[in-house]
Amino acid sequence: MTIISRRAAVAALLSAAALLGACASPPKLLVEPSRGNGDLGLVIERESGSIGVLDTTARTRLGTIEGLGDLSHASVVFSRDGALAYVFGRDGALTKVNLRTGQVEGRVMQAGNSIGGAISTDGTLVVAQNYQPGGVKVFDARTLKQLADIPAVVDGKPSRVVGLADIPRNRFIFSLFDAGQIWIADLADPAQPVLTKFAGIGKQPYDALISPDGRTYIAGLFGEDGLTKIDLWAAQPKVERILPGYGKGEQPLPVFKMPHLRGWSIAGKHAYLPAIGRHEVLVVDTDTWREVGRIPVAGQPVFVMARPDGRQVWVNFAVPDYDTVQVIDTQTRQIVHSLKPGKAVLHMEFTPRGDAVWISTRDDHKVSVIDTQSFQTLVTLRAKSPSGIFFTSRAARTGF
Amino acid sequence: MKSDAVTIDGARQTQLIRMVRQDCGSCHGIQLTGGLGPALTRERMAEMPLDSLIAVIYQGRPGTAMPGWKSMLSEADAHWIAHQLQAGFPLEAGKAKP
Repeated sequence: MTIISRRAAVAALLSAAALLGACASPPKLLVEPSRGNGDLGLVIERESGSIGVLDTTARTRLGTIEGLGDLSHASVVFSRDGALAYVFGRDGALTKVNLRTGQVEGRVMQAGNSIGGAISTDGTLVVAQNYQPGGVKVFDARTLKQLADIPAVVDGKPSRVVGLADIPRNRFIFSLFDAGQIWIADLADPAQPVLTKFAGIGKQPYDALISPDGRTYIAGLFGEDGLTKIDLWAAQPKVERILPGYGKGEQPLPVFKMPHLRGWSIAGKHAYLPAIGRHEVLVVDTDTWREVGRIPVAGQPVFVMARPDGRQVWVNFAVPDYDTVQVIDTQTRQIVHSLKPGKAVLHMEFTPRGDAVWISTRDDHKVSVIDTQSFQTLVTLRAKSPSGIFFTSRAARTGF
Repeated sequence: MKSDAVTIDGARQTQLIRMVRQDCGSCHGIQLTGGLGPALTRERMAEMPLDSLIAVIYQGRPGTAMPGWKSMLSEADAHWIAHQLQAGFPLEAGKAKP
């Protein structure tokens, strides 16, 4: 044996020993075994393809999970126990991440261009909504094995899918941007989706929401003034227009970013909805579905989010007004506070009972934790170009 | 046909690159590979006349979700962005393609 090969043998032995050592010690956990998942969360770092794992009680960042690809429009749903996050990336990747261990447990490239996803009522199915190829795909939540593919094709033309939401009994509802339709997929047998289709819902639905009770699906329209709703509890669900012509023929203002709709629009008996091309929040009575007011705001609203108790509604805005956040008091329907938490506010997330809101400011590379009563900033945390913030309490909510 | 040469100072160029990647990226994706808005890849952009591209950026495209950005951009800014899109849009400083 030459000196060189003896050295190589020693090096090999040493690296084998290092490997054994690594196997012997348990992997480092982000969350200690004694605690649960109910107050965890994550923040998307959109450019670096990473997520920061958050502790919403201690208001700290527990760690970072990397290697998730293009997260420029990432969204997340959680397993029912809150331990697993399913991250839908812009690049079509669906990644299953364990927040406790920080490990990526599975990853599939399921489309060329994706916009988000949802998880079934029973937690067994994860569904992705895609722009390219337009449609939705159904996956086993445990293995990420694809169970069904539902191309959103109308008259031979594929349509981009938006506004996907879970509804009871493992059904999903979604909107077709290009075709102007709403479809329901019943996945009682995931391999054999049963589709119900609604046509003529209006021009260019850009996003949609399901009310927290799973009853009312509302799609916002970009191509016309108004929204569309379907009452899923009706004996014969049908498409109904709400707030038709809210712009009353006025020249719309440019929309520099599409608003996002979710069940957070509902505060008590009213829905607070972003106008398109108008710097207003529209207030609708959810019994009569008539407009009961509109509130002038600082810019094109993007997120119009009720605090979980419905007492306040927080609004952020499209560029160039995205340094501002406004707070509406739902009892007076007045703006009671305006704040400037930083440059390029992209998202807000309330703690489960609404005592604090976490706000991401992309260009200031931080997340601010703000007391919703005093409006004081409690803590700021570092994050690289942060966008969406998602708390595990979403796991228990229909439509999140 | 306008000249390809427009003068934009370095600091403004940095702002415009970030704006295109981040704000235009809301619809077109950070990698400009498309989303609700179409892909802005070099191949696609090179097929459009430069003047049309400048007009779309500056004035918008009626009947679509593309707004005109003239409240935030000068015509020279729009011209510079259009030219960069046709050449393959630069990354932000210090950023690598994933």
